[in-house]
Amino acid sequence: MKIYVCVKQVPDTSGVVAVNPDGTMNRSKMPTIINPDDLNAMEAALTLKEREGATVVAISMGPPQAGEMMRELLAMGADEAVLISGREFGGSDTFATSQIIAGGIHHLGIEEGDLILCGRQAIDGDTAQVGPQIAEKLHLPQVTYATEIVKDGNTYTVKRALEDGYMKIQVKSPCLITCIKELNEPRYMTVQGVFEADEKPLLILDYEALKDEPLIEADTIGLKGSPTNIFKSFNPPVKGQGEMLQGSVKEMAAALADRLAAKHVI
Amino acid sequence: MAEYNSKAIEEFSDIWVFCEQRDGKLMNTDFELISEGRKLADQRGSKLVGLLLGDQVADLAKELGGYGADKVIVCEDPALKIYTNEAYTDVVCKVVMERKPEVLLLGASNIGRDLGPRCAARLHTGLTADCTHLDIDMNTYVDFLDKNSNVDVANTEFKMEDVNMKMTRPAFGGHLMATIICPRFRPCMATVRPGVMKKAPFDQAKADACEVEVLQMGLNADALHEKVLEVAKEAKEIVDLIGADVIVSIGNGAAKDIARAKELAQQLADALGGGVVGSSRALVDAGLMSADRQVGQTGKTVHPKVYVALGISGAIQHKAGMQNSELIIAVNKNENEPIFEVADYGLVGDLFQIVPEMIEAIKAQK
Repeated sequence: MKIYVCVKQVPDTSGVVAVNPDGTMNRSKMPTIINPDDLNAMEAALTLKEREGATVVAISMGPPQAGEMMRELLAMGADEAVLISGREFGGSDTFATSQIIAGGIHHLGIEEGDLILCGRQAIDGDTAQVGPQIAEKLHLPQVTYATEIVKDGNTYTVKRALEDGYMKIQVKSPCLITCIKELNEPRYMTVQGVFEADEKPLLILDYEALKDEPLIEADTIGLKGSPTNIFKSFNPPVKGQGEMLQGSVKEMAAALADRLAAKHVI
Repeated sequence: MAEYNSKAIEEFSDIWVFCEQRDGKLMNTDFELISEGRKLADQRGSKLVGLLLGDQVADLAKELGGYGADKVIVCEDPALKIYTNEAYTDVVCKVVMERKPEVLLLGASNIGRDLGPRCAARLHTGLTADCTHLDIDMNTYVDFLDKNSNVDVANTEFKMEDVNMKMTRPAFGGHLMATIICPRFRPCMATVRPGVMKKAPFDQAKADACEVEVLQMGLNADALHEKVLEVAKEAKEIVDLIGADVIVSIGNGAAKDIARAKELAQQLADALGGGVVGSSRALVDAGLMSADRQVGQTGKTVHPKVYVALGISGAIQHKAGMQNSELIIAVNKNENEPIFEVADYGLVGDLFQIVPEMIEAIKAQK
């Protein structure tokens, strides 16, 4: 059994965000992390590997710097890592990205019994679209928002979170499952894992390697080919600032209570 | 019928809304999306069509007319009673490929976000996730930018004849807003966050006038690869952020003593007349607060009478979820935090010191 884990290197948007003069995010000035939900997918793959035996392949699309993240995933326990990287792929939206990653997986081979795991969504875009779109391109069943994955032979029973409860869904592999935080607690890499990572293969697939893939259409990849384009990006206006209350803690609290009473809020 | 080609954009017309039902009941988001779809259809001068899938759900269709749908296409089959990605994708794509709508909107629920991307990939078109604002008419969009952005509209050139749907959403982790277009392919697809669009008043005459077309799909349930074993509602404590009059949310500033902060937030909400404790994304990501309490782009969009932000810096993604509250009070140690830009009243200081005094002062006023 081969388990592909789709991962993304993302800027750490929880900290300070560097912005270019034109209003876009300056990714080079921000620390990067492995997308949090993807770590849950990785953990699920490693758990399955320990129980059932499997080859875990971490796969990502990104700039060459993402190779560093691939080493971390190898240190966590992945057996192989594949980085799809090429200028032609840069600026891809979810439609474009999913066909490139699907093309990469098709290129490497996926057969009965195999599994693709993804995080639900990446914190830089929050779209949750690439997982389902990879499944569609590869004609595989999908289950999103997994909080529990039980394997029985080639059948997976997946608990899928809904806003007000859950559904249990049964699918046969090969299939694609997207994982959320509630699924598990991702492990850390070990010192031994870090040493072993250097011995493990890291494959780079560039445009040349994938250009004949039938799943990849040359005219719908990259910034220019992506179906969706940014028309405008902007900051919301600064709302006419309200009143900053002054004085000691007690004085501020009293001033607030006065104003709330005057407005009949209390 | 011409073969489906998503690039032949002139063949596509009408605004469609995918209407979700669970347990044979329409969702509130359906009414919000139909109301929003009505505005878009009027801007475009086209029809608004609801698309409803289920088993014996045709009776629900007229209600969608009351919020603005000219027509509802109902796709019925026993296999559509409960949502499965496979059957729903097959049916939505089949009908879309035959009828060719120009726009297809879906709610950004756990189901809409499962269905939308899969359909977009099969329909060979773009999809924009979690939109918070939509325009077709360029005049309306420019007016929106003028009121809601720092763009110098007077000195920017716009192609006024542009009829691409302009889909606005927070971007880059919620630190910027972006307007996205899908100029080369149709349908133009968007998911819309529940609670963002305003529901129009229900109009019985429009409901009566709504055209309903029922299609029997004749699916072969045995051929489906995906089987639903169980659907369960969880009797978890329901946090009604969307319906609350008062929300007191806590953020990173509360992390050092989360238990105390939660207690203070609830006491403050009670002093303000009773309400719910919300959370910023940071505390949810850190595992300190449950996801159902999260306010913001990836959480819930709220507009209570009073919103109090305690120790929240105010990233765009948070502001997107709360800036339309009637009255906003912010408490933060750092006077330069962006949360103060949207606050009616700002208090600079440590929430653990200020909140007890706020509770005292409010009680003294009553």
